[in-house]
This record gives sequence, structure tokens and C-alpha cells, in this order.
Amino acid sequence: MGVTGPPGGGKSTLVSRLLAAYRARSPRVAVVAVDPSSPFTGGAILGDRIRMQDRSLDEGVFIRSMASRGYTGGLARTTARVVNVLDALGHDVVIVETVGAGQEEVDVVRVAGTVALVTVPGLGDDIQAIKAGILEIADVLVVNKADRPGADETARDLAQMLTLGSSRTGWKPEIVRTSGATGEGIEALVRAIDRHQAWAAESGERERRSAAAAREEVEALLRDALVHRLEDRLGEERVRRAIARVATRQADPYSVVEELLAES
Amino acid sequence: MKRPIRVVVAKAGLDGHDRGAKVVARGLRDAGMEVIYTGVHQTPEQVVETALQEDADAVGLSLLSGAHNYLFPRIAELMREKGMDDVLLFGGGIIPEEDIAALREHGVERVFTPGASLEEIAAYVRDAVGRRRGQAARA
Repeated sequence: MGVTGPPGGGKSTLVSRLLAAYRARSPRVAVVAVDPSSPFTGGAILGDRIRMQDRSLDEGVFIRSMASRGYTGGLARTTARVVNVLDALGHDVVIVETVGAGQEEVDVVRVAGTVALVTVPGLGDDIQAIKAGILEIADVLVVNKADRPGADETARDLAQMLTLGSSRTGWKPEIVRTSGATGEGIEALVRAIDRHQAWAAESGERERRSAAAAREEVEALLRDALVHRLEDRLGEERVRRAIARVATRQADPYSVVEELLAES
Repeated sequence: MKRPIRVVVAKAGLDGHDRGAKVVARGLRDAGMEVIYTGVHQTPEQVVETALQEDADAVGLSLLSGAHNYLFPRIAELMREKGMDDVLLFGGGIIPEEDIAALREHGVERVFTPGASLEEIAAYVRDAVGRRRGQAARA
């Protein structure tokens, strides 16, 4: 399952709570937590683990931090593979925590069977709630820090958003209020996730999602491989010169791509 | 592709002073490394388990409480038990000069004391990890 939402919304604390809840019923649970890499130095501070350290000595728990390494979909390029490995190693539940996500970091839907979107009171009005993007991938909507003022309004805005259009898949996301700090609402959240997983298995949504994810992944790898092959064929220097012409505005990127493809 | 260096920066024991650890974490980040920060009040077991799960190249310990003569060797010992001979262990903090030789003997390769610059620390980590990776590649 995936946990996404804006930075500072309490994702890591909530994941730590979920970890405890799942561990109570499963022998092996893993977490993959992604934080952003610096666009300038490539360095990163991976701090999600701090909230989960009280479970670090539990032999049934494995936690791995990943830096996004320039990948912009909210995960790292290889997060899906890491999830595969953890699955193959026999983990009953793998929780994927995305980087602090805004509106377009939606890759988690390609990795997770169920996506919980964690929001907090006071982040925006009802127009924010009907924008395209991240809200569309939520299977469960979590209003965290629900002990704070404005939680009722946030939950209400989300509920109204859901009534404004028809569901893409036939699933109506549940809205759950939680407090990561006190643990309130965690049981309700786990139940909501369970209900979605059961529905996804029954309705065929799980297979649809895997098929879409497999397609995306193969296409992405194919794109990378084709770019590398093109560079091999034309020589890096030729590609670099073409890029330089775009940078200095002697050519537009579309013509340069046509040119490179024609030459290859 | 060159893999970024992964460093666990850890605060062990009853020592809540983590400004120094955060400054070092930030400095290593700015040097292009991936820094996993553990937060404060970690047991030696937690520090070592974290380094293992995170496949760290290096573990940097920050200690200002005076318990370095116990905690640093204990962490080094646990790392040896887990077969983490390829992982660099270094430290820093308020540590008297006369303790440093003994800590080195226990396996803490280098100890930085107040006044050390971030450039110095980052350069050391890069060189020391580079040396270890080189050895691993030859082995």
C-alpha cells in the first residue's frame, strides 16, 4: 500500500502507526520511504526513519530509505523493484511512503494496490479539492492532525468533492480522520484500507492496475534504452552539440529531435 | 553509474544535543551524499540495525555526553558481529584527545573534535569510502 501527501502532513508518523497495526497481524512488514534528492548536489537527507525507530529492532520489520535521485514522480526510479524484492522475501505488507507530494507526484499508484492520501486541515479551499492530479489517485482520504481546528471543514470539502463527479473506477474513497500523534483513527484507517483491498481484488481493479503499471514500466525502460541506443549510434558528442544548439536558441527542441532521429 | 555514498548519522545514548549532528548531516548532503539521520536517543543495536537495513557505506556517530568510551566501541563490536567490516565507522563530538587512540583501536577509524570543518569531514568520508569500495572491487 502507498501513503502520499504534502510534506509535513504526518505521513511518516502515520506509517509508523500503520506499521504497528499491520505487525500485530502479520509476521513480516516492510516500509520503503522516499525523500527528495538535491537537484544541485544529488545529496539527500533521509529522515522518515526517525519516526519509525521504535520498531527498528523488531525482527519482523524492515525499513529502507530511498532518495529520489532526480526522479520526479514522488518515488525513486527503482522503488517498484525494491517492493518486488521485499515481496519476494516474504513480507506480508509493504508500505511505500512517497516524498512530500503536491499535485502531480502520482507514481505511487503504479506501485501500490491501495493509496492513502494524507492531508491536513488548512491547506486550501474547496477548489484545491477538485483539481486534477493527486486527489484522483486516492483510494482512502486521510485527514490527519484531526485534533486541529479546521478538520471538519477539510473533511467536508473532500466529501463534497467526491459528490461532484462520478468515480473513475466505481470505488468511492472513504474519508478517515486520524491523529498520528495520539493514534486516534488508525484502526478505522486500517479497516478502510482493508475494504479497498477486498474491493480491488473482487472488482478486477487490482489486475487493471498491475497491467497499467507493467505497461508504464516497460515503456519507460524502453524509452531509456532507445535514448541510450541513439546516443551510442550517433555518438554522445553529436547529441551534446544538438542540445547546445537548443540551449543557445539556434534551434528548437522539436527540430533537433527530428534531425537526430533522421540521422540515426 | 556512480552510486551516491550513503551515510548513517546517529546519536546514541542519553544525549539530546543534535545540532552538531544536523550540521554534519547537512554538510554531507551538500557534498552529494545520501544521509540517513536516526534521530536522538538510539541504542547501539538500533544504530547498527539501521546501518544494515539502509546498506550504509559509513556510520557517523555524534556524541557530546561523555559516554563515547562505552558507546563507540559497543557499536564497533556489534558491526563486527554482523559482518559489517566493509562499513566505515567514524565519530565526532566533545571527545578528549587522550581517548582518541583507544577509540581508533576499537575500530572507530577517525574522530573529529570541535573546530573540524565540514569540508574536511566530507573529504574524509569520500576518500575513506572510496578506499573501501576500491578494496571491495579488487577482492
